[in-house]
Amino acid sequence: MIPEAGHFALILALTMALAQAGFALCGAWRGRVRWMQVADSAVTGQLFFVTVAFGVLAWSFYSNDFSVAYVAENSNSHLPWFYRLAAVWGAHEGSLLLWVLILCVWTMAVELFSSELPEAFRARVLGVMGIVSAAFLLFMLATSNPFTRLFPAPMEGRDLNPLLQDFGLIAHPPMLYMGYVGFSVAFSFAVAALLGGRLDAAWARWSRPWTLAAWTFLTVGIAMGSWWAYYELGWGGWWFWDPVENASFMPWLAGTALIHSLAVTEKRGVLKSWTVLLAIFAFSLSLLGTFIVRSGVLNSVHAFATDPQRGVFVLVLLALVVGGSLAVYAWRAPLIRSRGRFDLLSRETMLLFNNAMLAVAAVTVLLGTLYPLIVDAMGLGKISVGSPYYNMVFVPIMVPLLVLAGIGPMVRWKVQGAGALARKLRAALLASGVAAVVALWWIVNTSPEAVLGLTLAVWIAWTSLQGVFERLRHKSRPVRALRQIPRGFWGMTLAHLGIAVFVAGVTVVSTFGVKSDLRMAPGDSFDAAGYTWRFGGVHPVEGPNYTAQEGSVTVLRDSTVVARLRPQKRTYLVQRNPTTEAGIEAGVFRDLYVSLGERLPGDGAWSLRVQYKPLVRWIWFGALMMAVGGALGATDPRYRKLLARERAAADGRGEVTV
Amino acid sequence: MKRFAVPVIVFAGLLALLAVGLKLDPRRVPSPLIGKPAPAFEASSLHDPSRQLSLADLHGKVALVNVWASWCASCRQEHPYVRELARRGVPVYGIDYKDARADAVDWLNTLGNAYVATVFDPRGRIGLDWGVYGVPETFVLDANGVVRHKHIGAIDDRSLEDEILPLVRRLRAEATK
Repeated sequence: MIPEAGHFALILALTMALAQAGFALCGAWRGRVRWMQVADSAVTGQLFFVTVAFGVLAWSFYSNDFSVAYVAENSNSHLPWFYRLAAVWGAHEGSLLLWVLILCVWTMAVELFSSELPEAFRARVLGVMGIVSAAFLLFMLATSNPFTRLFPAPMEGRDLNPLLQDFGLIAHPPMLYMGYVGFSVAFSFAVAALLGGRLDAAWARWSRPWTLAAWTFLTVGIAMGSWWAYYELGWGGWWFWDPVENASFMPWLAGTALIHSLAVTEKRGVLKSWTVLLAIFAFSLSLLGTFIVRSGVLNSVHAFATDPQRGVFVLVLLALVVGGSLAVYAWRAPLIRSRGRFDLLSRETMLLFNNAMLAVAAVTVLLGTLYPLIVDAMGLGKISVGSPYYNMVFVPIMVPLLVLAGIGPMVRWKVQGAGALARKLRAALLASGVAAVVALWWIVNTSPEAVLGLTLAVWIAWTSLQGVFERLRHKSRPVRALRQIPRGFWGMTLAHLGIAVFVAGVTVVSTFGVKSDLRMAPGDSFDAAGYTWRFGGVHPVEGPNYTAQEGSVTVLRDSTVVARLRPQKRTYLVQRNPTTEAGIEAGVFRDLYVSLGERLPGDGAWSLRVQYKPLVRWIWFGALMMAVGGALGATDPRYRKLLARERAAADGRGEVTV
Repeated sequence: MKRFAVPVIVFAGLLALLAVGLKLDPRRVPSPLIGKPAPAFEASSLHDPSRQLSLADLHGKVALVNVWASWCASCRQEHPYVRELARRGVPVYGIDYKDARADAVDWLNTLGNAYVATVFDPRGRIGLDWGVYGVPETFVLDANGVVRHKHIGAIDDRSLEDEILPLVRRLRAEATK
């Protein structure tokens, strides 16, 4: 009976979502406060019922109820309990449920933290979110019910995809979804503002913390995915330009553009219609990402859950949400007036360039992801677009963007004298020049990319720190001035420093990384990157639901043991496909990485991939810095103070905010 | 007014494209090549650039053509099964797809070369003719050089035993009739 209760809870949640959308939008339209209050209750009710459904599914996994088809497909009684719980979102149906649960959490957060917004605007936001939620619940109930029963119930489940049995996968999808779905808030704010005809600086300020919060989660989610691919796919790469990765990268690029253009709209009241469009794009790309991953339109190594029939429904959903919001845009955007002028050399222009380049980058990834599909749809056969395409087109877009990341924050709003800017940048230019020369001298087989990358990293780091310094320079009490720097500014500085760390990591690991594919017999040793790697042979080990061949590799430096690595080749008992668990010795400045290949003919010989990866951690650490920067920006107390002040002013004037 | 409608129009186009894309499921729609003679090619051998290989080298026997690359992670996973096929006497030819010669030779040296011969296809030209969607892919050719089956993705235990080997046996029986 318990799974049926979950199913029933989902149906109730759908009615709640419809009530939320209907009452909120009609209430805002007709100016009925009561109706809008009904929508508030519906938000709470929906969160309750979706949580119940999620809890029921989790319980079905925990208690090994294989009469539930989804559990039987994705779990096994030998699976450790924490993987059984993580298996809830290990495939299509459950990840949709997680998607909706997260949407409900975001909606609840909007309801709780937006009591100071004008009621009609707030109701429209909740209404738009209700439509999105209803569409997803309908999708789930119509095509992907996680509670479908199997009769007769099998004795044992088919187990979770072994690649997913890992800590990275417990946390990666929820983080990613927090980001994806979080953009629905910025999206709903934009559509609500379009509907209400009130697109102003206040709207941008209300959207900013939400957008930053979503962007923070997405950044963490992508970084975790990259980290997971690094140690779990056994390949030592950290980014594959796989369609699924691209699906998360596109909304990230659009979201990054959005947090910058929202700043312009808030501070200067310009670029409004562009900002609204970006908010729609960011969420649309999130939806497209869900569609690409879930429908089988594009295949990839990630093809965990593909089903073309569901794609039709997703397409209808996309048409409704994206098409609908773009239609609203076409209808209402002509009313938007952007006042305010700015010079060619001004912060506005810098951020406009930032937006242009990020948008081009997003379109580039979109094209690369969809190109195989376009070619196929035109009947020209099937092709795949790999990393050569992206490396070729991405670098030329990113280099000016990174240069700009150094200049932009130095430039004043509205107008900036060229001479003053040049004086400000003198030191940074000098530092970068020195870095370039050092890099040239240091890198013996000069690779232009490496010199460029390191120079840019120094450039961004220097200018970011200089920005902090300039805020203190003319102050009589620097320590006090330091404390007065707004949190949002720290956020920006940290995020930009994160870019520098990231760029340094990417550059160094791709230039100085050492990779060797070896054939090794027990007792063999190999010298690479200043280390001696000694292979001790392979022996079988047993896990709870797999058997594995475990190799042992001792790494020595100057005859002292640095690390003992234990790479594994696992065969899971139920699904029988092999997975690799790389043996990694992690460090701030380098990773030592060994993955086990295949048994080779001969006396216990194996193929091994030995890698020395300098600064590889900096890639994820840089991403983490960006995320912390985003979190600092999102929690800047300024937003709440201004909101309260606006509200008080409105009350004082006796205005009706409905 | 009109320029604000551009996004919705572009999106409508994209939607139409995706709708067409849905009907072209790469897993269910078999390759258009099935039942047709394999596309001809003439290119240098991976190991010996001076030696030209062509379709004619395959004629007269039931053979597998495996498209792989050294940069492809699933190919590495698949390779033991290619060796297994070779061990059971099924000739497997390789197409080294969009790869660097040195990397590919290195790869074969470490993992063991199980291919009768490998064609070097650095720019993916042959792959294009063969309708290669991604690596790895494996084509089963009958004794007349007709493509009889295409396996997308890495060969594993199940596809080896249930799909490829039975088909090879059947095609061999056909050929001796």
